[in-house]
Amino acid sequence: MSDASEPLVRFESVQKSYDGEILVVKDFNLDVAKGEFVTMLGPSGSGKTTCLMMLAGFEPATHGEIYLEGVPINNVPPHKRGIGMVFQNYALFPHMTVAENLAFPLEVRGMGKSEISEKVNRALDMVRLGGFGDRRPAQLSGGQQQRVAVSRALVFEPSLVLMDEPLGALDKNLREEMQYEIKHIHENLQVTLVYVTHDQSEALTMSDRIAVFDDGIVQQLASPSDLYEKPDNAFVAGFIGENNRLYGEVKEVTGDYCQVELEGGGGMVKALNVNTGGVGSRTTLSLRPERSTIGVAKEQSTNSLEAKVEELIYLGDHIRSRVSLSGNNEFIVKVPNSHGHVHLKEGEITQIGWEADDCRALDA
Amino acid sequence: MANDTTADGVVLAADGLPLKASLTRAMRKSRIRALLLVTPLFVFVLFSFLIPIFDMSMRSVDNWHVGTLMPETTKALENWDGKALPEEPVFAALMKDLKAGAISREIGKVGTRLNYEKSGLRSMITSSARKSKKVKEGPYKPIVLKMHKRWKELETWTVIKRNTSKFTIGYYLNAVDMKYDNKTNDIVMQPEDRQIYSTLFLRTFAISLAITLICVVLAYPISYLLATLPTRYSNLLMIFVLLPFWTSLLVRTTAWIAMLQSQGVLNDLFVFFGFVDDANRLQLIHNLTGTIIAMTHILLPFMVLPLYSVMKTIPPSYMRAALSLGANPVTAFVRVYMPQTLAGIGAGSILVFILSIGYYITPALVGGTDGTLISNQIAYHMQTSLNWGLAGALGVLLLFSVLALYMIYNKIVGIDNMRLG
Repeated sequence: MSDASEPLVRFESVQKSYDGEILVVKDFNLDVAKGEFVTMLGPSGSGKTTCLMMLAGFEPATHGEIYLEGVPINNVPPHKRGIGMVFQNYALFPHMTVAENLAFPLEVRGMGKSEISEKVNRALDMVRLGGFGDRRPAQLSGGQQQRVAVSRALVFEPSLVLMDEPLGALDKNLREEMQYEIKHIHENLQVTLVYVTHDQSEALTMSDRIAVFDDGIVQQLASPSDLYEKPDNAFVAGFIGENNRLYGEVKEVTGDYCQVELEGGGGMVKALNVNTGGVGSRTTLSLRPERSTIGVAKEQSTNSLEAKVEELIYLGDHIRSRVSLSGNNEFIVKVPNSHGHVHLKEGEITQIGWEADDCRALDA
Repeated sequence: MANDTTADGVVLAADGLPLKASLTRAMRKSRIRALLLVTPLFVFVLFSFLIPIFDMSMRSVDNWHVGTLMPETTKALENWDGKALPEEPVFAALMKDLKAGAISREIGKVGTRLNYEKSGLRSMITSSARKSKKVKEGPYKPIVLKMHKRWKELETWTVIKRNTSKFTIGYYLNAVDMKYDNKTNDIVMQPEDRQIYSTLFLRTFAISLAITLICVVLAYPISYLLATLPTRYSNLLMIFVLLPFWTSLLVRTTAWIAMLQSQGVLNDLFVFFGFVDDANRLQLIHNLTGTIIAMTHILLPFMVLPLYSVMKTIPPSYMRAALSLGANPVTAFVRVYMPQTLAGIGAGSILVFILSIGYYITPALVGGTDGTLISNQIAYHMQTSLNWGLAGALGVLLLFSVLALYMIYNKIVGIDNMRLG
């Protein structure tokens, strides 16, 4: 979708501080192409919402410039930016009906009555709330309020829509349903969406690209699959999905690979050299639980370590096995509940093996 | 479960007794507990509030004086047609009552009561009672007529006859500037120069309304600031709002006298800066201006607190949402923020208005003549003129006008929408 030569939104070395002492956003650079769905993901306090608020115009950037369609907008007040926004608690005006809420952005733009009612009806139909125009927001369920909030942010046809943890207040089932709904709306309307969440599965489900925030900087900006399979650093590896980590020292680097001596006395392992400080530096090895196999013979796998089974949890489709390996007793292996899978017992000693390509040597 | 229900549909509990009875028994303990918790306050309110109010409102219609203290005259006047002076039997009865009243020293009360209706009747009654001790035997009519010239007037007898009934609306007529015409016994308006209460009622409402409006205008911005400021600053500011609350009402009112009087702080400053010259110092106190300034200051917290508590519950995201939807800040404020604060404005307004309608001490101290309110007049009749019937009537009228306003407010805004905190 990033066919447009000029990005719709551009953050250029943006910094933000509230108190003049601590930088909440340290150096933020991001280009969002037209029609793209970009998610800012990170733990609370990582600066992601602040970036969204700066884009919406509710917080001034302390340093740096934000461009919208090539125009710097630092000095444009929020109501002139023409950006649709969905708030965490929907911010539906409680004293107006649903239809009045939707009509509000159109009225302040001086649109005619008939045009307004036509657009409002179309917007309500889009989110399957056709007969709900006369209700007050308080008379709607959480999911319905959510859909009204989304359609209100879209009804005046902004080119950019921001969403600030819009699904945070919904229960799990509804949240998943709404994820698909928002994704479909995005696809159908070809609108550019910048989405903020702390929920990684939400980000992985919906986004074209995800910016992972921590400590005021973007740790990695990549597609969902790249984030999961090729994390750049230990934080991203730990934040996105489940992750086994082993610590060690880099002993030798050959091409894309390196040899690492594990700290827990597990011996040498071969890993993909992604983000280490070179020979002699400490490193974190990151390994997805589903990429290691249990009970393989030493010679069948590049890396193979002896492990003791600590705990087995039956989860239906797979058996979650916690083993201790090289001094790490939180090492997780997922054993698929397939025909003829290995049967383990707690306390048993077994072999865990993995390929060098699945094991990424990252920063310590 | 069919076996748990009797033929006529009464649901039974496990022990076979009706479920409703079991429930009542189970709830009795908690109900008694609730009752006990409420009892002390209820007794206190009963004796300090409900009974006095009932008593005062009864006094506004009570008319026991003539009927009780002049029982013979009352009986004798029953068949009097009111067209000419009564005959001898009435005078004989009157003489009996006057003598009894002079001995019991109670007759003065009749005089006071009759004097409300027609001035001069007190001295007529008291002097006649004094003279009655010497009267030995009748015929009494010529003796009485000689005692005081008022006895010869038909009006006097009309007033007495009218007040032999146990209840009267006379105080209420008085409270709305009306009276009985003593010649014709019709209800007429008081003469222009004696119409004081309706003016006072209107002035009380007007001043209360003015104070309420000023309070809204002054309290709205400060409440907004309080509600939007970070807690550590808003707490400090809140102390400034509440500080007057913790200071004696009397101290604050006298402080305003020191501030506003013609040799006071404010006038000194005006003179110093040359806004007014020394000879024409502004009259800011002992008039309407003084009442409004001092009462606005005293009642302001009652407006700030409900407004603040309502504004505190409005998340900033509403304003942000309105802005992001393209409304300029003024439109966003007027169309999104203000409507949500209506409950607070309503609560604060009704509180301030009701409080100021019954305000007494501040107008008494700083109000002068044109800044006093109806409550000052009630206090005057309670303490000085001792016309408690009229005080009661004025009080009841005030009470009912407040209740009426409250009901109108409830109709328009809805009391459920009101939030005090």
